[in-house]
Parts: sequence; structure tokens; C-alpha cells
Amino acid sequence: MGEVIVITSGKGGVGKTTTTANLGTGLAKLNKKVVLIDTDIGLRNLDVVMGLENRIVYNLVDVIEGNCKLKQALIRDKKYETLFLLPAAQTKDKTSVTPEQMKKLTEELKAEFDYIILDCPAGIEQGFKNAIAGADRALVVTTPEVSAVRDADRIIGLLEANEIKKTQLVVNRLRPDMIKRGDMMSADDVIDILAVELIGQVPDDENIVVATNNGEPLVGDSSLAGQAYMNICRRVIGEQVPFLDLEAKKGIFSWFRKK
Amino acid sequence: MKFSDIFKKKSSSDVAKDRLKLVLVSDRASCSPEIMQRIRSDIIEVLSKYVEVDIDGIDINITQIDSEEKDGKTLPALYANIPIKNMNHTAK
Repeated sequence: MGEVIVITSGKGGVGKTTTTANLGTGLAKLNKKVVLIDTDIGLRNLDVVMGLENRIVYNLVDVIEGNCKLKQALIRDKKYETLFLLPAAQTKDKTSVTPEQMKKLTEELKAEFDYIILDCPAGIEQGFKNAIAGADRALVVTTPEVSAVRDADRIIGLLEANEIKKTQLVVNRLRPDMIKRGDMMSADDVIDILAVELIGQVPDDENIVVATNNGEPLVGDSSLAGQAYMNICRRVIGEQVPFLDLEAKKGIFSWFRKK
Repeated sequence: MKFSDIFKKKSSSDVAKDRLKLVLVSDRASCSPEIMQRIRSDIIEVLSKYVEVDIDGIDINITQIDSEEKDGKTLPALYANIPIKNMNHTAK
């Protein structure tokens, strides 16, 4: 029986879609059978981050409305045979789907996949309600900024109210140099404030931009972000992985680069 | 720590943390205005058994105070300012 994980944040632009793409790809690398669902109806993006935008025929709303079979709408990843994407509709809006329908869909997918990962839209309206409806676990993505952490707190409250059993936090776009000079909150600072379990700290890494340009998630490569995302995947499947020392690793890499 | 550090101004991450803690206390409390309203009317009801309170002058809200454990943490606290019109009010 698979696990349904929703990736959410409240605030937009903190890295939900990037996290979804990397989590899904990383879990597929670990030989898990994974389906990614883009629930951001009207503003789909997961397809381009995954590099699968040219392969879309049917979408989430087609499946819900019964215009096609579920299997027909699932797009297989370019690289990984056990990774699939169910894209959002671009021409509909969030009210085309109800939480009950989403719950039914994820229940159906649970029989077939190890992990069902939902990319949640920003906000706390209908799209959010749809995305969390069938979720067993939530990863809340935030950045070390006052606005993003505030929204994360609101989201964590709403997840609790909706009886999501497990909520964990990913702190994204950390800059060790800024943290060191006291100009950015650390992941520990954020955890102190939000009182929730930390599952990942991802550095601000320009390789993410390159990976998104190419439509190939960087999880598992030698970049700091690639390693950080792979560690998150390992923690998701239950492994105990120590947190990366972002500062120390950076030192080693710059040393390599100089050579 | 250098002597000059004493005069250094607070780092911006500390400012961020302090501002966040404050804003979250009010966010979390204001999640349920109904509860606040019920607390308010219950307090008035209980006090009215003994004294005559000035209902229009009542100020009740959630703030935060420093923890007594001196661990730097803050705790939410209910702050209430209730003016009394007449101490010799007798219950009906």
C-alpha cells in the first residue's frame, strides 16, 4: 500500500514544484514506484520542471471527468521507468476538482504505487484543500524569510486541523555565508519557531536553475542541492541520514575547484 | 567576544526571529475569534456575580511574555484589563 505525500507551503515561489520533482526522481532512483500529481490546475509547472511538457495528452481533470482512463493520463519519465507524472489541466480552474474526487484518485493509485506525491498550489483555498484531501503525510517547504515562515505556520495549523498524521519541514534556499554573518535565519532557528520536525535543509544552489532550464531534476548528483534532496528522499523512506554540513561541504568543493 | 561586539546592533536574523515570534502569537490566537469572544463573555459573566464591570472598557487579548525558566522562550499570555464600576455590586 502506497503513501500519499503532499508538498505544500502556503507562500508561492519557495520551491514546492522543485522539491516535488526532486523528491519523485530521487525516490525512483531508490527503486520506488512513484507517481507525481500536479494539483495546480490552471497554472501547471511540474511538467516543465520534469522536462515532460511535450508528452502531455490527458490531464488530471480528464481523469476526474472520465474523459480517459487513469493509465492513459500517466506520463512515464524520460529516464526512470518507475516514475510517472499526472499533469494538471491548464485550461480549467481549481473548482473543476473536489477533495472527495482527489481522495478517491489517490486511493486508487495507492494500490499501484509506493509513493504518490502531490504538488500543491500556493494559497489555502480550494486547490490546497484538494491536494491535502487524501494525504498521509505532508512536507511543508519554506525559505528562511519572515513571510514564508509565517505562511508555513498557518499551513501547519491547517494540516493539523485536517488530521494529516505526519508533517515535516524542508527549509529551502539556505545561504551558509549569510547565516554565518547573522543575516539569515538557520534551519534550526526556523524549527525552533515552528516546532515541527525537520526533514531537509537545501542550500541556495545555482545548479537548481540549470537543472530547471534543462528539465532534469538534479537529485543525487554531486551538487550540494543534489545531495540535500537525495538525503530528503532517504529520510522519506525511513533511513537515518545526518544533515549535510552546508558550510563544510562548500569548503571542500571550492578546494576541488581551485585544483 | 570582542569588547566592540557589545555595542554591535542586533543581527537582522535576530530581528527576523523576534518579529516572527510576535506575528505568530497573534496569528495563532486570531485563528479563532469565536473562542476569544466566548472567553470574553464568560469572564464578564463570572465577574458580574461579584462586582459591576464596565463592559465597554474591557480590553482582552493574547500577548506574549518571557518564560519564567529564563530559557529565552516566550509564552502566550491572556492579558485582560477590566474596569470595575462598583465593588459592592450584589448578585441577583
